[in-house]
Amino acid sequence: MRVHRWACIQLKRTIMADLKVKIGALEFKNPVTTASGTFGFGEEYVDFMDLSRIGGIFTKGTTILHREGNAYPRMAETASGMLNAVGLQNKGVDYFISSIYPQIKEYDTNIMVNVSGSTIEDYVATAEKIDALDKIPAIELNISCPNVKQGGMTFGVSCAGAAEVVKAVRKAYSKTLIVKLSPNVTDIASIAKAVEDEGADSVSLINTLLGMAIDAETRKPLLSTVTGGLSGPCVKPVALRMVWQVAKAVKIPVIGLGGIMNATDAIEFFLAGATAIQIGTANFIDPAVSVKVVDGINEYLDRHGYSSIYDIIGALDM
Amino acid sequence: MLPGQFVQVRIDDTPSVFLRRPISVNYVDRVNNELWLLVQKVGDGTRKMAEYKIGDIVNMLLPLGNSFSMPKEGQSRLLLVGGGVGIAPLLFMGSKLKQEGFEPMFLLGARSEPGLMQLDEFKKLGKVYITTEDGSAGEKGFVTQHSILQEQIDMIYTCGPTPMMQAVARFAQYKSIDCEVSLENKMACGIGACLCCVTQTQTGHKCVCTDGPVFNSKELSWQI
Repeated sequence: MRVHRWACIQLKRTIMADLKVKIGALEFKNPVTTASGTFGFGEEYVDFMDLSRIGGIFTKGTTILHREGNAYPRMAETASGMLNAVGLQNKGVDYFISSIYPQIKEYDTNIMVNVSGSTIEDYVATAEKIDALDKIPAIELNISCPNVKQGGMTFGVSCAGAAEVVKAVRKAYSKTLIVKLSPNVTDIASIAKAVEDEGADSVSLINTLLGMAIDAETRKPLLSTVTGGLSGPCVKPVALRMVWQVAKAVKIPVIGLGGIMNATDAIEFFLAGATAIQIGTANFIDPAVSVKVVDGINEYLDRHGYSSIYDIIGALDM
Repeated sequence: MLPGQFVQVRIDDTPSVFLRRPISVNYVDRVNNELWLLVQKVGDGTRKMAEYKIGDIVNMLLPLGNSFSMPKEGQSRLLLVGGGVGIAPLLFMGSKLKQEGFEPMFLLGARSEPGLMQLDEFKKLGKVYITTEDGSAGEKGFVTQHSILQEQIDMIYTCGPTPMMQAVARFAQYKSIDCEVSLENKMACGIGACLCCVTQTQTGHKCVCTDGPVFNSKELSWQI
């Protein structure tokens, strides 16, 4: 009986497409990861899903020092999405290293630390500390947080600013360097190009779109910071367009995100040119969604007779 | 499932309701295998919930959050103060207290008489005191003006509109009474990942969904 069951599993495996992708030197068992700020450090989700089923986790944004974040209210629901203004609340990189890293380092998935900052010195110092951690194979440099004064978006909205910070971090950080780009720019492809030229291994996009919500009855803004970052399915068309533009402009792999709710959304990002994807806001609606997206991608590849995820990356039929 | 915990209800088929809706557990009937939610129609999400029919399947995450704590030794005069739909978790807490041999007292407030809910259920569990703002039932005024507050009270549990809970917490602080409040900040995930529902405490921002929803009023940095 046991032998028979094993044989069936083997048989099923052989018809599954190859989902492995590479970002820089780093291999992912599949291209589905979770977006920074929507997945904590993974531990919030272990009751709902098997973390080893997904390709990786991008951690909550980590800064050199503890940050309290912005005042409540920090969130407003919108049509098919939400605005947030959390403001990089985190306990700082030293706390991460002493108290969180030991808890998560044995997870059977890639853990990428999202590194945020206000100055180049902060980014470099944080990246250097993360570089020393064996089980963290990559960082995601957040030069696109819209919710903090000098929260990185100052760097991310100009080619010169983006190049300057990536150049400095590249010197200090030896492993895979992913740079998260802001959509709040006129020409995202030129910023991606500037980041690539300074040695980034990959770019991830998009971070949230700067938005705003008002309560007409009280005449008050719905966020304590007035403006915040928009995410969810409402931003997906913008994200897809930007991934498509960036993928054409750079040679490094692109990680796509923005409103992905299911496997079909994810496949659209691969067709637009993404090598991997991140699931963000959807984790709030269904904490097990990322595993369902992995299964759905597999099913799609099988149904269309593809043997590898690379068969659909950038395969938009023009 | 413990008194004070909540569920996150997913409401499908409407783009205006994107996030799950956090709803307090009103009561758990283990004999009939029932979970009660008391829902006030305030927006599109709760209006959809009001349309649920027997036999509908509801997608929920549960149980979420911490719970009210049981009285400490020597605390026997227990007052549960609720306002509006905020009475919901107090029914469940009251039943738990009664089950543990306590005699809980309930102080329930509303704008006017029709706003008072589940009175028969509360009366099964203990003495019920009432205030309405217009005087249509019970004593006229706010819960904090009720005469029961002149008597000895060892512990207060409260849930309701924020200004009411702040007033109750202020009274508790003035009288040095232990007081637990159940907050209902706007939430996205409900599991401590998004950090949207935070409240300011003596030790920094804490998530209402996982560190709460129940806090000792002394922990909170309310402007009182």
